[in-house]
Amino acid sequence: MYAQMIKSTGKTVKSLDEMDPQERAFQERIDAGGKIEPRDWMPEGYRKTLIRQIGQHAHSEIVGQLPEGNWITRAPTLERKAILLAKVQDEAGHGLYLYCAAETLGVSRDDLTRDLLSGKMKYSSIFNYPTLTWADMGAVGWLVDGAAIMNQVPLQRTSYGPYARAMVRICKEESFHQRQGFDIMMKMASGTEAQRKMAQDALNRFWYPSLMMFGPSDENSVHSAQNMAWKIKMNTNDELRQKFVDQTVPQAEYLGLTVPDAHLKWNEERGHYDFSEPDWEEFFDVLNGNGPCSKERLEARNKAWDDGAWVRDGLMAHAEKKKARKLAAE
Amino acid sequence: MSDPLFEFLCRMGDNTLVLGHRVSEWCGTAPVLEEDIALANTALDLIGQTTLWLNLAGEVEGRGRDADALAFRRDVWDFRNLFLVEQPNGDFGQTMMRQFLFDSWHRLYLTGLTESSDARISAIAEKSLKEVSYHLDRATDTVIGLGDGTEESHARMQAALDRLWPFVGEMFAGDAVDAALARQGTAPDPAKLRSGFDEQVGKVLAEATLVRPDSDFAHKGGKTGTRHSEHLGHMLAQMQWLQRAYPDATW
Ligand SMILES: [Fe+2]
Ligand SMILES: [Fe+2]
Ligand SMILES: [Fe+2]
Repeated sequence: MYAQMIKSTGKTVKSLDEMDPQERAFQERIDAGGKIEPRDWMPEGYRKTLIRQIGQHAHSEIVGQLPEGNWITRAPTLERKAILLAKVQDEAGHGLYLYCAAETLGVSRDDLTRDLLSGKMKYSSIFNYPTLTWADMGAVGWLVDGAAIMNQVPLQRTSYGPYARAMVRICKEESFHQRQGFDIMMKMASGTEAQRKMAQDALNRFWYPSLMMFGPSDENSVHSAQNMAWKIKMNTNDELRQKFVDQTVPQAEYLGLTVPDAHLKWNEERGHYDFSEPDWEEFFDVLNGNGPCSKERLEARNKAWDDGAWVRDGLMAHAEKKKARKLAAE
Repeated sequence: MSDPLFEFLCRMGDNTLVLGHRVSEWCGTAPVLEEDIALANTALDLIGQTTLWLNLAGEVEGRGRDADALAFRRDVWDFRNLFLVEQPNGDFGQTMMRQFLFDSWHRLYLTGLTESSDARISAIAEKSLKEVSYHLDRATDTVIGLGDGTEESHARMQAALDRLWPFVGEMFAGDAVDAALARQGTAPDPAKLRSGFDEQVGKVLAEATLVRPDSDFAHKGGKTGTRHSEHLGHMLAQMQWLQRAYPDATW
């Protein structure tokens, strides 16, 4: 997901009886489907975990501009260029809402940015993969935005009010992105031989990285249990991955493309597809900064930040001069 | 001379196409997130305007070419954009100075076009004008903010102005195409817009504590297509690559 491997600070999940009255009231409110708002009391672990999760999600939106930005200047028609520009603009907007949501928890956007740039905070592993052909713009919309939606739709019901509300706005736009991505795939898959080849190649390269977006199995994870009790996480990673596969396989069939998994099979008994796990070793490599584009992505963000320093300083200095002049005039 | 109306429409569409492309090169690398959003938005508006101008150009030409055919299948010598807009982005200051100078001209010119005797043209101008006024407001704020910011930002903005000023004159240099259109009441005579431009730009530069360069020397050859810069060919190589490499494909 956009926020993968979020550790909570909890050891084991406390029962209501083990909690002091304040924490108990907090948990009961969540259990009853209530929302926690910025000024409400919250356990330190809840706050910290949310900052990590929302921050990682925001960073993913920001870094996520890069693989698609890679094709804006090569988009094949004016309409495709406009759609892609609008999408990337949306993603930057998502980053902005999410940083705002994180700021309600007492961190600043600048702090979070510094942690992204230093590599201390992560972003989704998926954005460390290259976009090599125009079909990748289709595959990213279809699969990557598709997987993001899978995770984010339930998060509209998450317990933290500002996060839940940000998700409502974001989800609307993400489903547009997915449809537009699928539309590119349809065009490519029904196009010339070269286009069909690009479409299949894009699916081959993005299938397993998309499955990795949900993170490794967390069924027995303490962190996951605590985050679910807090309703920061709504489903297990495996549940979401299964749902994604079940939804995506028929779409691939519709496109006439082959999912690159020899073991993929409908399981009548389970009512789900059986499928192969992605290479989790690769996943951890990517997460540790050894993805195919990890260096480029972080370098690009750092360069943008460093090159922009004089602009931020200049605008700030001007704002202060203006304020001083206004004061002097009063 | 080829049909002045077609020439004019290509000039309008090529300006927005080329500048939209340049601005879109910033994607994901602006100094702050708000600027990423604003730059993408500007590029998006410009690409939208391109579609309108070039579709009309194709219609007027009557040879079955639409906006995509004109954008992606013409070579450098057929492009009719101003020299200014094909200039590389440089730093953020140079990008915003280019935007400011172009928008200042663009707003005046579009304002004139809203009175065009050709209803198709006045309709596009009307729609574009709203967007361009917003671009100009933003660019103006940025030029003032950075000009009157720190010592470094001031120096960079002055350097950007000095660098780009020789491309200003072309926006107001009329030729036979402009004269023909002005006679028909299709488009304003660009030379007549210069004093309005000087006045508005002068005010902003003063507030930005920037000094207008002494020389009004002006490069030419962009809008007539006779001598573009080397930069345009590289831009087209990137922009047109898919259409050129896979001519049978639809996208
Ligand atoms: Fe997004
Ligand atoms: Fe996204
Ligand atoms: Fe998206």
